[in-house]
Amino acid sequence: MSGRRLFAAPARKAALAPFLWMLLFFLLPFGFVLKISLSHAVMAQPPYLPVFDPAAGVDALKAAFAALSLDNFRLLASDHFYVLSYLRSVVVALVSTSILLAIGYPIAYGMSRLPARWQPIAMILVIVPFWTSFLIRVYAWINILQHDGILNDVLMALRLVSAPVVWLSTDAAMYIGLVYSYLPFMILPLYATLAKIDPALLEASADLGGSRLTTFWLVTVPLSLPGVGAGALLCFIPIVGEFVIPDLLAGSASPMIGQTLWLEFFNNHDWPVASAIAVVLLVLLLAPLLIYERVQRRQLEGTR
Amino acid sequence: MTDEARRGSEAIAPAGKLLLRVDAVVRRFGEVTAVDHLSLDIGTGEFFALLGPSGCGKTTLLRMLGGFETPDGGRILLDGQDISGVPPHRRPVNMMFQNYALFPHLSVRDNIAFGLRRAGLPRAEIEARVTEMLALVSLEGMEKRKPEQLSGGQRQRVALARALARRPRLLLLDEPMAALDKKLRENTQAELMRLQRQLGMTFIIVTHDQEEAMMMADRIGVMNAGRLQQVATPRQLYEAPNSRWIAEFVGGINIIDGEVESRGGGRMTVATQAAGRVTAATPLQALTTDRVCVAIRPEKIRLSSGAAAPDAGDAVGTNRMEGVIAGVSYLGGQTRYQVRLDHGALMHASVANTVRREAETFDMAQRVAACFAPDDCMVLDR
Repeated sequence: MSGRRLFAAPARKAALAPFLWMLLFFLLPFGFVLKISLSHAVMAQPPYLPVFDPAAGVDALKAAFAALSLDNFRLLASDHFYVLSYLRSVVVALVSTSILLAIGYPIAYGMSRLPARWQPIAMILVIVPFWTSFLIRVYAWINILQHDGILNDVLMALRLVSAPVVWLSTDAAMYIGLVYSYLPFMILPLYATLAKIDPALLEASADLGGSRLTTFWLVTVPLSLPGVGAGALLCFIPIVGEFVIPDLLAGSASPMIGQTLWLEFFNNHDWPVASAIAVVLLVLLLAPLLIYERVQRRQLEGTR
Repeated sequence: MTDEARRGSEAIAPAGKLLLRVDAVVRRFGEVTAVDHLSLDIGTGEFFALLGPSGCGKTTLLRMLGGFETPDGGRILLDGQDISGVPPHRRPVNMMFQNYALFPHLSVRDNIAFGLRRAGLPRAEIEARVTEMLALVSLEGMEKRKPEQLSGGQRQRVALARALARRPRLLLLDEPMAALDKKLRENTQAELMRLQRQLGMTFIIVTHDQEEAMMMADRIGVMNAGRLQQVATPRQLYEAPNSRWIAEFVGGINIIDGEVESRGGGRMTVATQAAGRVTAATPLQALTTDRVCVAIRPEKIRLSSGAAAPDAGDAVGTNRMEGVIAGVSYLGGQTRYQVRLDHGALMHASVANTVRREAETFDMAQRVAACFAPDDCMVLDR
């Protein structure tokens, strides 16, 4: 008992650290964004009204609160431009996450079946791209995909196409960029769960008459689902808000929500609408997180 | 090869109809030969134990029988058919894994039904078989639980039910008691024996625990360095080990080195430095040289206080050696004494405590005489 008390106080303090971090670098800034999203745009510095001024007294503050409105959110809901932008982001994220899963699972599975001494090397190979700046890697894709780029050169040399294909500013280019950039985030959690599966379970399945394929579907896949969930979330969430890759590689016809946000903020100087976009995006992204969390909790409860 | 042949002829053949024949099987891992030209016959309905120190190759042999390792040489015949190259999922053999390898994402019911579903049995029969298995291992009412919700003993029983559900020709058990505590282990051992007799199935168990092997098995094969050193019934193994290594591996024993001095009349006299002259029965197997050792089990030695005359009941030629008590360990059912003989050897003697108030106990440093009959002495090659 005394030993428990000995560790309790510092442990409790340490547990505060993540909350403090969240408060300082997430909740507080989010409060500012939420406040701005409820304001109106004006040509001024700062470019929105009302502004809280504590020096102006309580009545002024009350008036400022009364001036807050949901107009920006009404605009987002009524204007097809924004709705389509959100929709496109979610669709792009869903499609890319599916492609990432289809490519990442076999790679992670292969890694987990490598001899033990090769596995760390394979892991380093997956991480190596991070040693180069993300932006440079995306720009490199422009080089590869452009009219007289390497991809067209190769396709022409192989006589697969007779004339250069237009890659840049298409969805195909965007998906190539997204899948390339996010693949490690899919592979690593998948590999971690696949490598943890006890080989004796696969032997037990074989012993009980399960062929290799049956064993894969009935043992390996169900046991790797936590990794699938983690990898899918790690890819889906940032891709929904992705700005750089669609901006550099995709066409400008239908922007993703990140691009729309950029447009409102920097081109239209409409901070309140840009903030409203950010708030809605956050709420949208909370949904898959909450679902994942609930599924995990149910699994934990199931084991108890 | 002569060595091999000698062991082969000594091995006790299985009682029932031949089920499994392991024929000169070899398995190498790089430089190491884990199983080295091993041959073994197992009869139908037999409870066979593979006993040996860790790394002796017993698990590798078991895994070859299950199909998880492929022999580098030799054949494995089940009902006369070579199954060496048959993958695990096509063998009429099931295995109970050391840490049970229960599927953590499946309920007890689904774990047990897994093999039955793979066999493509009709749904009603699977239901019936699962219910039967649950009753067999007394786990009724637990079918919806996940393995994590079970105790160690319950998990072990699920693993057993899962392996038995397909009614295999041969059940392999890899250290099935290793994860259980002592009390539970004893109950489970008795339970396994009951099940095996009830089902009339053939069991091969791998264990490093000799008591476990002796308690459960009809025959025991003792392995060392990839070879079977002796295949015998538990009693033969204990009372008639075929080598010094087996004598030392199975049970406690006193071993004294010496040289054969004379033979005759079914007896031989061995001159030893540490215990003087020892009279022993001539061993059945031939000795290769006169340089031998005499082995005596601790419970075969009788102690009497040094002053007393030899027991009237002792046959002529009984070995009688004097010494002092150098150690006493009271273990309840028996008391173990260490006796330092005047010639120098330290002998272990165990005395059964058959009456509550003992007639005679011995104290430290007390002078005693240690007596043992020539028939209880085993003479083995050094």
